[in-house]
Amino acid sequence: MSAEVFSVFYQFADVFAFLILSAAGLAIVFGMMGVINMAHGEFIMCGAYVTVGLVNLGVPLAIAQILAAVTAGLIGVLVEFLVVRRFYKRPLDSLLATWGLSLIVTQSMLLIVGSAVRGIGTPEGSFAIGGYTFSTYRLVLFGCAVAVLAGLYIIFMKTRFGVIARATMQNAAMAKALGARTGRIYAISFGIGTGLAGLCGALYAPTMTLIPTMGATFVVESFVTVVIGGANVLLGTAPAAVFLAMIRMALNASYGQIIGQIGMLVAVILIIRVLPEGLSSVLVRRGR
Amino acid sequence: MFKLLEGPQTLGRGRMFWSCFLVGLGAALTYPLFADSYDVGNFAYFLIWIFMALGLCLMWGYGGMLSFGQTLFFGIAGYGYGVLAINMGGGSATIAALVLSVVLAMIAAGILGYFMIWGGINGIFFGIVTLSATLVLAFFLGQTAGPEWHIGPARLNGFNGMKGMDPLTVGDFYIEGSALYYVMVALIVIVYLALRMLVNSGIGNVIVATRENPQRAEMLGYDVRKYQLLTFVIGSGLAGLSGALYTSWGQFITPSSIGLPAAAMPIVWVAFSGRSDLTATLVGSFLLLFGFQTITVYSQQAALVLMGALLLATVMLAPQGFVLGIGKLVADWSRGRRRGDGDVIAEAGRLQSEES
Repeated sequence: MSAEVFSVFYQFADVFAFLILSAAGLAIVFGMMGVINMAHGEFIMCGAYVTVGLVNLGVPLAIAQILAAVTAGLIGVLVEFLVVRRFYKRPLDSLLATWGLSLIVTQSMLLIVGSAVRGIGTPEGSFAIGGYTFSTYRLVLFGCAVAVLAGLYIIFMKTRFGVIARATMQNAAMAKALGARTGRIYAISFGIGTGLAGLCGALYAPTMTLIPTMGATFVVESFVTVVIGGANVLLGTAPAAVFLAMIRMALNASYGQIIGQIGMLVAVILIIRVLPEGLSSVLVRRGR
Repeated sequence: MFKLLEGPQTLGRGRMFWSCFLVGLGAALTYPLFADSYDVGNFAYFLIWIFMALGLCLMWGYGGMLSFGQTLFFGIAGYGYGVLAINMGGGSATIAALVLSVVLAMIAAGILGYFMIWGGINGIFFGIVTLSATLVLAFFLGQTAGPEWHIGPARLNGFNGMKGMDPLTVGDFYIEGSALYYVMVALIVIVYLALRMLVNSGIGNVIVATRENPQRAEMLGYDVRKYQLLTFVIGSGLAGLSGALYTSWGQFITPSSIGLPAAAMPIVWVAFSGRSDLTATLVGSFLLLFGFQTITVYSQQAALVLMGALLLATVMLAPQGFVLGIGKLVADWSRGRRRGDGDVIAEAGRLQSEES
């Protein structure tokens, strides 16, 4: 019996981790600046490629993954400085600009690197409960997703940076008048967002085939989670991921991956009819 | 009714503009007499995509709804045409398949649009919800390789794409080559003129008013949601027309014409051209398609990198679009030269009051 219960939890944890890891970066950027980073998938791809590149050079996997996330974060700060910064007053144009960027990066990668790179296998290790065998790495991913949420909670609720960031989010002009360097806050937030995208790519790199277009695998999940979650990462994205993971898990188990994805999309389209501002609007209202 | 061909919502009016229009049309009609049939077929291929661009121009430029789902409806109608043409047999039934597949795309747009528009989704989320739906359709069709995925005798064939449908046929006559080219030119002229009439009509004014300020339009007594849904259905239906014509042109369609990067292409064409005017979109999209095809022959990736760069350059340097900007420059210059003859030149610069 306990084996069945654990198996259900395991499947839930798998989908939940995927949703949180792929959406967290996008949600932070959207929550802070109201910008949807269409190149999100490319930052994920960047994280994956850097990880695999470093591992092939002999760097241990965990260190390679951290370095990959940092790299993606630094590139994100650069992109914010060069491109995104100009579009905070024109959110739709920021969508187009980052999409243009995404096209340039994906297709250049296809030109330069070619279609596939030699991957690294999923770290060994499995354990058995009852008659079932489970991969340890999938549970590590779940742990990372929870750690990301906890880390974001600490950064945004417990640090000085977090206070200023939340003030900027609420009223940028007022925060600026009070002496907050909003430009720098935006750059750092964008960097955190793309760094988390890089982390997502780094963590999933051992489990999938590396192709320059791999970002597309993640974007649907990250988009729908953010659409349902709304502007608040902790009160929106996390509950949205729990909710979507339950739908997806149930459908995946009975009908397979693609039906799971379609069902998730249909659920999202039905929900936006009732809750156009996302789950966080309800939760935030409750909290008051 | 023909008065509506000119109006405040479209650039270009008066004798000079329509003379240019007729010269362009004349050139398009006589072109097959000079070119070989391969080039004519290629030209017909560019024209296929114009409908999709005009539809996006209507939704985005006039209605203020940035849909990333043009290839979703392109795919629905493209696959729809294939399935229907195979199931209903060839011959004149292909015409019915064309019409039905476009209707199918419009119904799909109506359903998706209802949930988004009545849910109050707008701006950025409108884009990413439509894009998510598009990508999910592409993923779904990509994994339909097995023999169990079929509708009647029509196999979906996964990534390899569906094939084996008849091209458009009337009786025993296949509409291919030059004939298809003439059909396309006729359809484009009809769609272009009809859209000009639509946007200059009362409905068009409400659509533009909704773009400018939905609340104000609502206060004036219009149910803006209905107008938005109408715009979305027409715009997406035009994408469907492109899709059905595409399948008929090549007797072939794959999921890659739905997913990324295909979904970005209509956005690039329309953004580059100038989304707030139909004529600019028509001309700009054609030029871009022509250029894109020329480069694709050497390297598809390079062509796509260029498209991405164009999109980035457009939003950074000329957010209103390059073709529109150049058109306005020419109009200003020409107006400066023949001051007083205000009838000839459109009210250039009238469409500036736009909040992306």
